[in-house]
Amino acid sequence: MTLGIVSAAYVAAAVLFILSLGGLSGQESAKRAVLYGIAGMALAVLATVLSPDVGHGFIILVMIAGGSVIGYYVAARVQMTEMPQLVAALHSFVGLAAVFIGFNTHIEAWRIAGMDEATRSTLSGFAAILAHKTPVELAIMKVEVFLGVFIGAVTFTGSIIAFGKLAGKVDGKAKKLPGGHLLNAGAAALSIILLVAYANGAGAWALVLMTLLAFFIGYHLIMGIGGADMPVVVSMLNSYSGWAAAAIGFTLGNDLLIVTGALVGSSGAILSYIMCKAMNRSFISVILGGFGGTTGPAMEISGEQIAIDADGVANALNDADSVVIVPGYGMAVAQAQQAVSELTRKLRSAGKEVRFAIHPVAGRLPGHMNVLLAEAKVPYDIVLEMDEINEDFPKTDVVIVIGSNDIVNPAAQEDPNSPIAGMPVLEVWKAKQVFVSKRGQGTGYSGIENPLFFKDNTRMFYGDAKKSVSELLPLIK
Amino acid sequence: MKVGSPKEIYLGEARVALTPDSAVQLQKLGHTCLLEAGAGKAAGFSDDAYRAVGVDVVETAAALYEGADVIAKVRPPEAGEIARLSPDKTLISFFYPAQNKDLLDQAASTGASVIAMDMVPRISRAQKMDALSSMANIAGYRAVIEAGSNFGRFFTGQVTAAGKVPPAKVLVIGAGVAGLAAIGTATSLGAITYAFDVRPEVSEQIESMGAQFVYLEFEAAQDGAATGGYAAPSSPEFREKQLAKFRELAPDIDIVITTALIPGRDAPKLWLADMVAAMKPGSVVVDLAAERGGNCDLTVPDQKVTSDNGVTIVGYTDFPSRMAAQASTLYATNIRHMMTDLTPKKDGVVVHNMEDDVIRGATVTFEGTVSYPPPPPKVQAIAAAKPKEKVKELTPQEKRAQETAAFKTQTRNQVGLLAIGTLLLLLVGSVAPASFMSHFIVFVLACFIGFQVIWNVSHSLHTPLMAVTNAVSGIVILGALLQIGSGNWLVVILAALSVLIATINIVGGFLVTRRMLAMFQKS
Repeated sequence: MTLGIVSAAYVAAAVLFILSLGGLSGQESAKRAVLYGIAGMALAVLATVLSPDVGHGFIILVMIAGGSVIGYYVAARVQMTEMPQLVAALHSFVGLAAVFIGFNTHIEAWRIAGMDEATRSTLSGFAAILAHKTPVELAIMKVEVFLGVFIGAVTFTGSIIAFGKLAGKVDGKAKKLPGGHLLNAGAAALSIILLVAYANGAGAWALVLMTLLAFFIGYHLIMGIGGADMPVVVSMLNSYSGWAAAAIGFTLGNDLLIVTGALVGSSGAILSYIMCKAMNRSFISVILGGFGGTTGPAMEISGEQIAIDADGVANALNDADSVVIVPGYGMAVAQAQQAVSELTRKLRSAGKEVRFAIHPVAGRLPGHMNVLLAEAKVPYDIVLEMDEINEDFPKTDVVIVIGSNDIVNPAAQEDPNSPIAGMPVLEVWKAKQVFVSKRGQGTGYSGIENPLFFKDNTRMFYGDAKKSVSELLPLIK
Repeated sequence: MKVGSPKEIYLGEARVALTPDSAVQLQKLGHTCLLEAGAGKAAGFSDDAYRAVGVDVVETAAALYEGADVIAKVRPPEAGEIARLSPDKTLISFFYPAQNKDLLDQAASTGASVIAMDMVPRISRAQKMDALSSMANIAGYRAVIEAGSNFGRFFTGQVTAAGKVPPAKVLVIGAGVAGLAAIGTATSLGAITYAFDVRPEVSEQIESMGAQFVYLEFEAAQDGAATGGYAAPSSPEFREKQLAKFRELAPDIDIVITTALIPGRDAPKLWLADMVAAMKPGSVVVDLAAERGGNCDLTVPDQKVTSDNGVTIVGYTDFPSRMAAQASTLYATNIRHMMTDLTPKKDGVVVHNMEDDVIRGATVTFEGTVSYPPPPPKVQAIAAAKPKEKVKELTPQEKRAQETAAFKTQTRNQVGLLAIGTLLLLLVGSVAPASFMSHFIVFVLACFIGFQVIWNVSHSLHTPLMAVTNAVSGIVILGALLQIGSGNWLVVILAALSVLIATINIVGGFLVTRRMLAMFQKS
């Protein structure tokens, strides 16, 4: 295959990737969009493998085959509730690959620098490109390598920690080493100094030291972020993995890598922005961890939480005409989505209007709840966004809150001193009756007291969400 | 205790404070009932009807005042009636203590307790004895009926074989109980009804009754609501605006019903002579505030007059009395509820509990002293209204101006960003070599496309989006593939590893996305 054909294939692949992302605007077109993505990727890989100057075909074949088997195995086995972990884990791979490729470039450049003119002219492929770079281009390339490795390394450890937190293998609480963000800032500053040194001819030690620093930054940054902020973290890491790919694209002079990296990077950035907006917090404050801006004592909550049993909830459901279900991370943890789906089916066949209200940051991944409900065969046209359904709560007879807390907390609107003041929330308390399915009386992830639980029209339905909802099923007429 | 009702001596008053129905209820509280002969006649209740339920009918007022412990009547007592009271008696009636200072002092000097039905505080618990509201309700209804009987046309619009009839246009000023009742009656008769009130928060009530709220554009947040749900006097500027609005409406309106009263003051003049002059001949003005001077300039209390241009102005002050049977039933029920509160044990013993907000509020003389005005009630009548955000209706010009402004800021922002972007590109271009720039341009364009495309992704597909972008970011495999041909063994190993993990990423990401998307189903 000539270089011209390879370039043509790259253009086609880039177009397919753009179509693939654009197709995700609707559920139906999304199914086609994935096929575009697969076709684009296949085209790109095939064109690269068959292009001149790519050697070691056998190794490539073995590695791709091995990777495919592992990838297939993982994708087929993963539970939908484990999706956040999987996505985080996959991000770490991209980060690691970016680090490796950056190091490779350094090694190649060092190897070529040691050759004489005659040997250089015999080089082919990537080495040849390196060999023909002018000193200025080499300096720029070093910056690109440095950036690619830095972003890749941060993505790598950050994603591993995010994976650990989401999988419950690392404590989800925000933790910081003494020194806090100063440590991160110091490490970042040191990295910049190393960048200058490296660009001015310092050897591999600068690159290695920076990689270690970046590993630390990734680790420490994500350790300092609480579990409830994970949607932002995951989409941020998604963004980083894209930028890492783009940086590598610059290094290798490969436009397809640049285009794809930029697409992924901007996608992640927009997702992070949407998530932050949904929590009414700035990106910086999420990244720097912890909640900010409390100005006074929280509002006193009077009253008590009144418990109710399955019979009571079932009676209310039987009497209701319109029901809204608000799922949260608790539903995912309890694996209650199947039971919830069954409940929905029963209520709908009894002629009641059942809808789902999804807060943008419900769960641990953007759109997490939608995927879980879809898995349980809840039709997507009754699953609504916050903006679509918030005005309907006053007309709703019964709201069932399953395992969500902060996203239905009225303190966000009523208490200016609340840590979540101003965050848009689902106004469930405006409904005639609210049932909250919850494990116990705790304050939940963020540790913020929720006045909803103390409202007159709220009843607490204690117990494991899956068990609670299953108990309801036989009682629904 | 004996509860008795005398015949009303006020000229033309047809109501009575005791009906056969309420007498039955009072007897259940352990009381016995007395009635002056003929007291219920004008309201349509014969003496025999009372006797049939065990009411003791006495011949003279003197005998009634002698025999009854609690005297219930409608109109404020006249001096002669007060003279008949003694320390152990209780009088329940309308009293208007603010306007009737002399009567109040006279009543106190007799030592009797006086409970003024018009002083019942406006709290939820006391609604059942709120006689002002029940009378106002009747007045509002009757006002429309009076207007109708003086109005030469249909209320409702009709298309008949004999021609088309336009609907009547009714304007109700003041949306208190009477105003709302008038709105309800007028709309149910088919008229197009407009209503105005200085308290903006009643616009919802007005609209719920089927009328259109006459919106006044006024800059300062005008809130005419005083405590207890009554209107407060308005500022001169506001008044001017209000009158201008009425002047604008006057030529179109067929029937005006004014009900504007401010507690403890003369009725505000709202429908001026020039507005009457602007109305069409045959139009009707019903002034429910006539007793307090009237809202209309031309109103003559207790009379129906016709203006020079043929507009009828009804100034009756006795609308409830004109529907005596209905008014008596409701008023007697209010009295009965008051007695229920005064007889907590239902044993016929009146306990005048001055600690009770309602009883304390309504009692104007007690044990020989004047107890008016009462201290403010412990329970707030109506929660202080929150300042309401007014959504201003925008005129087309303003809308256009806003749109142009938004367009301009948008243009400015975009041009600004473009300028900054170009500047940055130029800066980079001035130092970087051409080979870098070509890649850089590709990068910038790709970011741009990414931002344009991703905003359209549906919220519910964010997880699939992440999985797809994750798979797509496996494109780093290209880098590894390009390097794997190297002569350096370390490069080969690292590149091979990269190929492996990038493949996992690609395959895993795409497969999982397909799995997810296959689950999204329509109902």
